[in-house]
Amino acid sequence: MAAASSRHNRRKARNTLMMGLSIAAAAIGLAWLALILGALVWKGAAGLSIAVFTEMTPPPGDAGGLLNAIAGSVVMTVIAIAVGTPVGILAGTYMAEYGRFSKLTIVVRFINDILLSAPSIVIGLFIYEIMVRPMGHFSALAGAFALAILVMPVVVRTTEDMLNLVPNALREAGAAIGAPRWIVIRSVAYRAALSGIVTGVLLAIARISGETAPLLFTALNNQFWSSNVNAPMASLPVTIFQFALSPYDEWQQLAWTGALIITFAVLMLSIVARALTARREDR
Amino acid sequence: MTITAEAANSSSLAANIRAAAVRRFALTDSVFQTLTRLSAALVLVLLGGVAISLVAGAWPALSHFGWAFLVTESWNPVTEKFGALAPIYGTLVTSLIAIVIAVPIGIGIAVFLTELCPRSLRRPIGIAVELLAGIPSIIYGIWGLFVFAPFLQVHLQPFIIKLFHGVPGLSSLFSGPPYGIGLMTSGLILAIMVLPFITSITKDVFDTVPPVLKESAYGIGCTTWEVTRRVVIPYTRVGIMGGVMLGLGRALGETMAVTFVIGNAHRISASLFAPGTTISASIANEFTEADGELYTSSLVALGLILFVITFLILAASRFMLMRIERRAGS
Repeated sequence: MAAASSRHNRRKARNTLMMGLSIAAAAIGLAWLALILGALVWKGAAGLSIAVFTEMTPPPGDAGGLLNAIAGSVVMTVIAIAVGTPVGILAGTYMAEYGRFSKLTIVVRFINDILLSAPSIVIGLFIYEIMVRPMGHFSALAGAFALAILVMPVVVRTTEDMLNLVPNALREAGAAIGAPRWIVIRSVAYRAALSGIVTGVLLAIARISGETAPLLFTALNNQFWSSNVNAPMASLPVTIFQFALSPYDEWQQLAWTGALIITFAVLMLSIVARALTARREDR
Repeated sequence: MTITAEAANSSSLAANIRAAAVRRFALTDSVFQTLTRLSAALVLVLLGGVAISLVAGAWPALSHFGWAFLVTESWNPVTEKFGALAPIYGTLVTSLIAIVIAVPIGIGIAVFLTELCPRSLRRPIGIAVELLAGIPSIIYGIWGLFVFAPFLQVHLQPFIIKLFHGVPGLSSLFSGPPYGIGLMTSGLILAIMVLPFITSITKDVFDTVPPVLKESAYGIGCTTWEVTRRVVIPYTRVGIMGGVMLGLGRALGETMAVTFVIGNAHRISASLFAPGTTISASIANEFTEADGELYTSSLVALGLILFVITFLILAASRFMLMRIERRAGS
């Protein structure tokens, strides 16, 4: 009896210890992240003004804004999504629908997982080798393609996962009324998985909007306004990188403000993505 | 008579329309199928393209330095003598620090979220963690440089250096002037960065444990820890490994967060507080400024090494996962 009770106490003590540690872990994790966001808002908001969105990046020692950098980021993101998303969705469709049990799917899933975690700077080097070097100059288009390669695996993965969640009974019902396979995919499977696929795309946008490494030597940077996709173009992340490491106070302030803007945009995207999924789940 | 003829007529018309529709459907279907298969194949082509282009770009450096490139510490653009040992060392050490710190904390948070947290707090905290996983790495970098590194330099590093002074082994690991930036700082930043990833995946896979499994364990009198240790973690091993794998992949190839705080020094120091460099930080810092084919090519060769390292690690973890899956299946 005494042995049983001491064993019981030991188990209870161990449980209390481990649960205490896990609460501590949660506290530590959230505290770190709160510290980072706090510093970001504190330092970034100080420089927030209309000028940030209406003026070009300044020369050292001058006041200015981030307009050309923001515009450049938007342009490259749009091109990257336009290129990467359709290919990604189609590839995911093959893996979940036509080739669910084929060898190609297994290999592609394996490779896609690797691309998903592949260092983005390596993708930058790849685009440098196949686009920048042959063309002889840096360009926004090269930057956008580098981003598109980052978009693709995210979309492939979410599309495949979401389509795999669609119950086969739905597909069978579609097939039973004589619909050909691609119509079943389009009107049944895509529709059932839509919110998941859209979430994947939004997450892909969120991922590339902060990517710096693949742009460093593809789109390079540009102090001025440029709408030519065949020439170097500024982007918010690269501008932040350059300004943060500079010795000038104005530039460092703009870097913080830019960082705040990116974070805000990324958080907004993620929240919208979540809201989309949540509303569909409620229905 | 006419009525039956009309009926036969219209039925053969309907059959024709149906046949045409079937043909059209068959065609569009095969077009669509081919399109999806080509897209899937493009993923393979991309990876192959990355490998080939990196080897091609790195060839001048690799053929010039040979295998010595891998074990040479020197990195001198003036004499054009390049070696990859210091960046490789920095990459591995910073990632190791990050994983060692982030994995236990991440699993702890996941346990907290799934087992302990009041239901009303569960969703907000879960969402917060997922949102934070999406914060770009450059944010961590800028915070590390302006906030975290000065803090470490003034408060934590002098304390640790004094604490371990004279302890064999540890004293050289934590020695030298407190720069603030360096391998340890980079590792810590990486740990904070990969933490939301590991947490959100671990939490997701914890959620997939069938309630009936946990309830039956609770039913025979297990404590929460025992349920976690004996039921939840064994059931979700594969998923947790996936999360750790993802975290390691992120940490190894992470560029911006590290570039800000690593110090970009091409040397190997015994001290974790010394500045160093990683593969990705070297490329990010030097690529656009590199003049001369050999310099550029050496940086591409670094990229190739990073690519090979991440490929091997990811492939190894996948094979490991497959073995575990097979064992769980049998």
